[in-house]
Amino acid sequence: MKFSVMVSEGPYTHQASDTAYNFTKAALENGHEIFRIFFYHDGVNNGTRLSTPPQDDRNIVNRWSELAAEHDLDLVLCVAAAQRRGIADADEAKRNGKDADNIAPGFRISGLGQLIEAGIQSDRLVTFGD
Amino acid sequence: MSEVKKFLYVNRKAPYGTIYALESLEVVLIGAAFEQDVALAFLDDGVYQLAKGQATDEVGMKNFSPTYKALGDYDVNKIYVEQESLDARGLTLDDLLPLTYEDEDDDWAEKDSIKVVSAAELAEIMDQSDVVLSF
Amino acid sequence: MSQLHTVNKSPLDRGALESAVNHAMKGSAILMIEDGVYGAMNGTSKSSIVSDAMGDISFYVMGPDLKARGIDEARLIPGIKVVDYSGFVALAAEHKATQSWL
Repeated sequence: MKFSVMVSEGPYTHQASDTAYNFTKAALENGHEIFRIFFYHDGVNNGTRLSTPPQDDRNIVNRWSELAAEHDLDLVLCVAAAQRRGIADADEAKRNGKDADNIAPGFRISGLGQLIEAGIQSDRLVTFGD
Repeated sequence: MSEVKKFLYVNRKAPYGTIYALESLEVVLIGAAFEQDVALAFLDDGVYQLAKGQATDEVGMKNFSPTYKALGDYDVNKIYVEQESLDARGLTLDDLLPLTYEDEDDDWAEKDSIKVVSAAELAEIMDQSDVVLSF
Repeated sequence: MSQLHTVNKSPLDRGALESAVNHAMKGSAILMIEDGVYGAMNGTSKSSIVSDAMGDISFYVMGPDLKARGIDEARLIPGIKVVDYSGFVALAAEHKATQSWL
């Protein structure tokens, strides 16, 4: 099956990103394809490379980047949600007159159309939120 | 021709206390361009999103309720509101924004987009959907 | 093919479990995840939400989330099946769509 996942909450505050990650890993281990992981609402906060969590706990951002690298996953942060919450890549930072960007490796910023497309192109879309 | 799927956007949260109402509307508007079979469901506290008379100056937030009125122009005209959720909140259809659309198959006659349905009917609608987006 | 419904909050905290049960068609499945696993416990003031619907709806609960919260499987409402993340994936694949009751 072709799965897509929507992550609607940020790292640590809600379990959503953890459950989404564990679900995604299990799907891959069971031979399924992941079409896209779409981050919306506070979910875009999973895409900041400035996160420095305590050493003795999981690193949610890095975990997503590593899984994406290992499996060539498409991790998409919604541009409108990212703008609201201050997650930017170099282009977005320049476009919006910001003096820095903070996007983590493996993530890209794009429009809500990518979520709809994921719903159309995938066999299953599962949402993790509050 | 690519497949047309039944998309259902489920709204169960009140407006303003959280961003879900506003940001889900943004998905609906963008999604309208993809020519899928779209329906919106408002139940539980989600019915409050459609309440008339929202005035947000004193909370300093944007009043996004006028955007619901634009849904008809985006061909989003299947807006299901649950009867039981209205009843539990002491609301009737009269308390809600009058959402309409122009039916191109009926000489552009103006029709109501909101259909008040029972929980049982809404359960059927949910069950028939191919993609369910919850906010 | 029927739907899979997920619930991620405790029924004593949110109305999501009750709402999900009220809208799940006969033959569909409800999976309790994250804090939603408290809805699987027997002997609570909300246990009847699940036990009354048992038989019409298939109930599942995430084992990893039970363990995280120190909930012994012996305390679950009879009839609920415990699954892991692979089981979650399988349920999502088997059902037509997954609806999250947030």
